[in-house]
Amino acid sequence: MLALPRFGLGLRKCHYGDFLNHDAPVPIDFVEVISENFMVDGGRPRDTLRRVRLRHPVALHGVSMSIGSADGLDRDYLRRLRGLADEIDPLFVSDHLSWSRIEGFNAHDLLPLPYTEEALGIVCRNILQAQDALGRTMLVENPSSYIAFAGDMTEWEFLDAMCVRTGCALLLDVNNIFVSAVNHGFDPGAYLAGVPGDRVRQIHLAGHSHGRDLLIDTHDRPVPWSVWALYDAALERFGPVATMIERDDDIPPLADLLTELDIARGIAAKQMRRAA
Amino acid sequence: MSLLALQRDFRLWLTDESHAAGARLGAGPAPGLSVYLNNYRYALMTCLSESFETTRAWLGDAGFEAACANHIDRLPPHSWTLDAYAVDLPATLEILYPDDPEVAELARIECALSIAFVGPDADPVDPATLAEVDWDNAAFRFVPTLDFLSVTTNAGAIWSEIAAGETPPPAQLLPEEASIAIWRNGLMPAFRTLEAGEAGALRLMLEGRRFPDLCITLVDRHGEEDGPALAGALLGQWLRDGIVRAIVTAQ
Repeated sequence: MLALPRFGLGLRKCHYGDFLNHDAPVPIDFVEVISENFMVDGGRPRDTLRRVRLRHPVALHGVSMSIGSADGLDRDYLRRLRGLADEIDPLFVSDHLSWSRIEGFNAHDLLPLPYTEEALGIVCRNILQAQDALGRTMLVENPSSYIAFAGDMTEWEFLDAMCVRTGCALLLDVNNIFVSAVNHGFDPGAYLAGVPGDRVRQIHLAGHSHGRDLLIDTHDRPVPWSVWALYDAALERFGPVATMIERDDDIPPLADLLTELDIARGIAAKQMRRAA
Repeated sequence: MSLLALQRDFRLWLTDESHAAGARLGAGPAPGLSVYLNNYRYALMTCLSESFETTRAWLGDAGFEAACANHIDRLPPHSWTLDAYAVDLPATLEILYPDDPEVAELARIECALSIAFVGPDADPVDPATLAEVDWDNAAFRFVPTLDFLSVTTNAGAIWSEIAAGETPPPAQLLPEEASIAIWRNGLMPAFRTLEAGEAGALRLMLEGRRFPDLCITLVDRHGEEDGPALAGALLGQWLRDGIVRAIVTAQ
């Protein structure tokens, strides 16, 4: 029988006490942190992360690398991320297939890319530069999006080509697949079938909300059944993959998230039994 | 459309709500673009609200949010870190509240405390090592987070009362411009308003001068008896504050 994958949670300020003030470590296999929150010179954030790292493996998940910037990456950003990674020795270093910065402007949002050959070339150039600067393979996460541009390929074809050209791996956000599938009218099953399964290293789970016209990736509620169903299908296709739940708003007590993580464990256990 | 042209148009949509730029994006129905516009402004407003809780309390929610909206219109973010976006708000408040200088000064204090909060680590000097110091040639090295602000109002007192959950005093102009020292002691940011004499003494030592130079300066100002005592008292205060990182022998 295959081994169960690792299960983790995002480290959020309101849970610092749960992670640090008890003798027994929180029963998870890793924590994921937002890299930028800790890309500082020192003080309490770095101190907290060092102490958490003594108890758990840490995944660094970035939101500001801006992999899709047409004018390239920010070298100061890469230098700081490298410094953090060298200290933390992370399980993964990831960021998003999106852009946020152009010509000195930074939107601080994960903005969508057109899936064109030109964009693919730029994204791959930037990923190769980042991997070189960081001295490690990156994981790139599929985004949720609210608009779609005319392009030369689907998002999953873009991800596949990106992995082939750069050797990067994937952080597959199952909720993002669901949100974008509803917003843009594609089949999430086709998406799962189209991404390179051997490159998927981590899975994100989260909740979304229903806007007037679109689903919005809000991370402010429990993982809905629709996303659990897609997670089930993802594990069937990819096998055991490290999985974590992202909760960024209206954050419940840690015990609630641990209970929710048990659902993921149950789905994974069922899939592993089926595969045995 | 090239990726660079698309990204320039997207920026125009976010910063200016340019419908011409939105139309050029050819990105289907408007609701999607509106989601990104809302996300952009919400992220910046949240950043400013979280960075300036005391300034918000002083101005009131409506006044603070109007000032932030003005700031977001006036100055798009430029750095990869949202922390940097907060740094420029005091300048906007100076423009918006020209007759209320305590508003911008309050924001500058908050901003400096935030910077100290994540500044480089450094342990204060261990008092147990003071007995070994060669005081005739002693020079001080200060913690790297130590910084100074000039203030013309009682913004420091306003900040302290609001932070303590007390009713702040009315804003007042100080008799003369004063300095506020801001630093981090361990993991806690701290600040203290300095008398002009202490500010001058601290600046002297920051230049790398020896402790005896400070004593001579204070003897010139305060006499043979009070000068050295004052120098000792200042050193004691700085050690209690946790701003002295090391006492070294000057070459």
